[in-house]
Formats: sequence, structure tokens, C-alpha cells
Amino acid sequence: MSTTTRVLTPEMIAAIQAFIPRYPNKQAVTLPALHIVNEALRYVPLEAVIEIAELLELAPAQVQDTLSFYGYFKQDQPHGKTRAWVCRSISCALRGGEEVLERLCQRAGVKPGETTPDGRLTVEFAECLGACEYAPCMLATHHGGQAELHKNLTPEQMESFVNRLPQ
Amino acid sequence: MTKFEPVLLANVGKQDSHKLSVYEAAGGYEALKGVLREKQPVDVIELVKASNLRGRGGAGFPCGLKWTFLPKDHPGPIYMCVNADESEPGTFNNRILMEDDPHQVIEGTIISCYATRATTAYIYLRVEYPLCYERLEGAIAECYQAGYLGRNILGTNFSLDIYVHRGAAAYICGEETGLIESLEGKRAWPRIKPPFPAIEGVFRKPTVVNNIETMACVTHIARRGADWFKSIGVPSDPNNPRDPGSYGPKLYCLSGHVNKPGCYEAPLGITTRQLIDEFGGGVWKGRKAKAAIPGGISMGLLAESEFDLPLDFNGPGKAGCLGLGTAAVVVLDETVSMVDFLHNSCRFFAHESCGQCTPCREGTHWALSMLERIRAGKGRLRDLDLLLEIGDTIGIIPGTTICGLSDGAAWPIKNAIRKWRGEFEDYIKRTNPRGYMETNPVPALHQIAGAH
Repeated sequence: MSTTTRVLTPEMIAAIQAFIPRYPNKQAVTLPALHIVNEALRYVPLEAVIEIAELLELAPAQVQDTLSFYGYFKQDQPHGKTRAWVCRSISCALRGGEEVLERLCQRAGVKPGETTPDGRLTVEFAECLGACEYAPCMLATHHGGQAELHKNLTPEQMESFVNRLPQ
Repeated sequence: MTKFEPVLLANVGKQDSHKLSVYEAAGGYEALKGVLREKQPVDVIELVKASNLRGRGGAGFPCGLKWTFLPKDHPGPIYMCVNADESEPGTFNNRILMEDDPHQVIEGTIISCYATRATTAYIYLRVEYPLCYERLEGAIAECYQAGYLGRNILGTNFSLDIYVHRGAAAYICGEETGLIESLEGKRAWPRIKPPFPAIEGVFRKPTVVNNIETMACVTHIARRGADWFKSIGVPSDPNNPRDPGSYGPKLYCLSGHVNKPGCYEAPLGITTRQLIDEFGGGVWKGRKAKAAIPGGISMGLLAESEFDLPLDFNGPGKAGCLGLGTAAVVVLDETVSMVDFLHNSCRFFAHESCGQCTPCREGTHWALSMLERIRAGKGRLRDLDLLLEIGDTIGIIPGTTICGLSDGAAWPIKNAIRKWRGEFEDYIKRTNPRGYMETNPVPALHQIAGAH
């Protein structure tokens, strides 16, 4: 008999189960569960999808169907320890958002959606961060830490941002 | 503009404005106490109907009327979904309310749930707002402790739970039935209506979907009365029987090429020019304005000559725009290329189309590839007519899609090309001087090398 390594820790399972009383059915816990796993592992591997489905009494395909709709969740490999979303919507683009994104990509040596080889940074574009008064802006989420909104950016600031990334 | 006292933003800027103690010190939750003590749910619905509050999420549908669509004497449960998934480029008014004054939103939500007999409310929050998540969760916890939420609120028979539900970065979750599907744990594919959510919404139960700013307005209507609300704004147009007027204060988000971008509160009916000059400190770098988006990019574009139209629910429509939308005004200065603007807009909608309806899924991507080609110097004049044709056919107005996303995608195309056609033609002629008049991109058979 083969043994399978479980991906979800007891802490993750408890956190997911804590959401169940909030809704009249378990399927509604799909997004909260995906968030919990994503925050812990920085991605939602297929094994986790199967375990989430077990917990929520769903078919794995139902969870996978939902996950694949939202670009927020990664599945093939974890995103970087820092995930930086540069806004490219019109308010930011008018004030240099495209140049900020381009400089960050150049400096990190990756394209939007990709992770640096050292795993420290994933660069993303955002369609709108809803912080248009601070255009151009970037949301950086640090694994296990706080999210930071970087405001009124210039391309030059991307250099120091990359230099200051946590190890 | 005559002096106007802000109410929605009154607490913003105060120290610890997100905390219950600060909110209560400014009279917070007194309106809720008054409602629970003195009014029946039906009275609250009548109050909101009398105020003529129109939903602030973009469509401007009368809020009280929406509540009356709920089935009478339904055994329940009835749900309230508060739409905090604003993702329309240029829009951030809900973020300000949730970050700086979450109790104002929660008080309105509790009052609205009492009116509609909802027993559970979900605040569907976009994941890009981590501070809002923290502030809402903190405020809700304070409310449970203070007896404003939970069982038998303030000693009455009314009970309510509010939960924050985080989305996962998809614009379509702001569409009310897309939001419902997403809340249920599925991909956010909008539903065909009818049935409308009031009859069959989340978990197949009667549901009200209201926007964050709408909830904040309910708080102030309960506090100050319907007459106060109706004393602000623009009365209904006597020549337009379908116009219920545009009443109340409104949060206008100003961004783009202005000196002081920000979220400003003003009476409905302020003009774009007033907004830019009196709040925005004028166009940046001493330049002239060329255009403005009146309320998020899905609404289309106002030319500078149209800046004196009122920004009420009817104003932008008089200039060929879709409407007021979220009242998020984005200013474009004279140096902006309309080709670049339209490319940005088409890219957004192509990325955010949920893919469920063919005209939207294909049309938004088709428009984007044409704009990419034009920008790359391979445009043809006939592309402009083709873009207009796409714009006229992909939306819900001809009845081809389930939700309004493709309509939103179409308006910037129609407005930009119709109002600045000469600029598009000049760009194509300049960047593709040899090929801009091509009418048939497919070479004739005899022109192909080797053909006989």
C-alpha cells in the first residue's frame, strides 16, 4: 500500500473548518480555504485541492474549477516570498505605471507572472489596485508579513525596492 | 459651489477614525438605536424610498425599490451581500470608507438588514484591499462585543451576523450575480436574469446586493431623514418621466492628470470642471485637459468641451457616455494619445472578461488585437469602422451577453473613436503611410509567388 503525504497541516484544516459555520453549505468555504492554503504555502498544489475537496465534501474538479478561474492562485510552483503587484490601469498608466512595471521587470529579470530564480520576488501586474489617488502604485505582500502599498512611485524607486527585499 | 458639509467623509482624517469609540463619540449607532426602537422594517424601507437613494455601485438603481422586490412573508433566510469588490479603474471611494470609517458602513448594513429582514450579511471584499480587511474585521469584532451584532441586538428580537468574504482578484465579482456565484464557491460567472437576486440569489434564497457607499448613505438617511437627503443634489427632470432625480451627497474619486488626486464629497450634480478646479487643484503641470472619464472607464469619455455637464445620474449620458457609473473621474491632459488610452481600456476588458459569452470573450480580445496592431504601426483606416462595429454589437443593449461587462468595454471604444476620430486617422496615416488605405489584406492568388 502506498502512503501519501498530506499537504494540509492541522492548523490549516482547523482554519478552514472555522469558516464552515458562516455559510449554509460547505462549498462556500472554497475561496476562504484557497486563501488559507495559499497564504501558508504560497501556492495551492493539486494535492491540496484534493484535500480541500475532501474537507468540503466536494469533487476535486469543483475546487479546481474555481481555483483556475481566479488568477490570484498559483498551482505549479509557489510564488516568491514577496509578491509585487504593479497597477497598469488607466489612472496609474497616465502617471507612469507602465514604466514602473517595466523597470521592476528589468531589475528582477522576469516577466509579469514570473518568479526570480532565488524565489524572493514574483512580479505581477494588477488591473486596478483601487488606489488611484496614489498613482502609480504597487501592492507588495510579504510572505508571513504585512502587505504594503507603495505610493506615487517612480521607476528609480524599483531599484531600491528590489535591493531591500527580505531574504 | 455653495458651502457643502461633508457627511460621508466627516470622520475621515480623525485619529483612530476606524475605531468604535471614535465613531460613537460622533453620534455613531444612534441612528441604529432609533430605528430598532421606533421603526418597523417596512417603515425603514419607506424612509429609504422617500429619500430616492439610488445605488452608488454604478447602475444607480433606486435602493428602496430594490428592497421591495423581496418576496413578502418569505420564511427566510434572506441574505444581504454588500458589494465591496470595486475594481473599476479609477474607483476607490469604497476603500476610503472601509479603511477610515468602517462603522459607518456597518451601521448602514445593520439598518438595511433590519429593513429587509436579512439575518446574515456577507461583505464581499476584493483581495487587493488588505487594510480594509483588517479594519472591517476589527470593526465587526467591536460590534459583536458592543451588542450591535449577534443575537437579539440591543435587546430586540433582531439578530444579525456579518462576515467578510474575500475575493481573488477578478473584476467580474463586482457584478451582482458574479459576486453571488463567487460567494457560493464557484467561478464568478454571472447568472442569467430573471430570476433576479431578490427572488433567488445567494444559496438560492432571496438576496439584496448593495454597494458599500450605498450602505453609508443609509446610515445618514436614518440619522438625518429623507428630506435632508432630498435637499441635496439634482431634482428629477420634468421632461423625462424615467428620471427619479439624483439626490444626496456623492463621493467623487478624482485621479489622473490633476494636481490633487483624491476622494472628495460633493452634492450630486457637480460638474467635471468644478471638480477639477475646486477639488483637484487644476490640471497638472499647467497643461490643458483633453478629456475625462466620468465614472470609471466603462462609462466612456467626456471631451473638454463637455466638462460643464452635471455629474449626476443623467448628465454624462447627455454627452454620449453610458452614465455616471462610480463617479470616478479620471482626467486626461492634452498630451495623452487616444490610441494609447483606448489600448489600455481594451486590454483591461479583454483581461477581465469572464469568458462565458462569446460576443464578450471574442469581441474584447478582437478589439485589443486591433488596438495592438494600430499601435504597432500596422493600422488601417477601416479598422476604425470595424472597432465601432464591435462596439455596437458586443454588449447587452442588443441582448447578446449575460452581464454588462462587454457594454462597459464598448463605450470607451465608441466614445474615443467618434469624438477623436481625426486623431486615430492621423495616427494610422503617420505610422502606416503605405498601408493605411489597404482594403483587402489578403493578396490575390496571382500575386502569390509561384502561383500560376
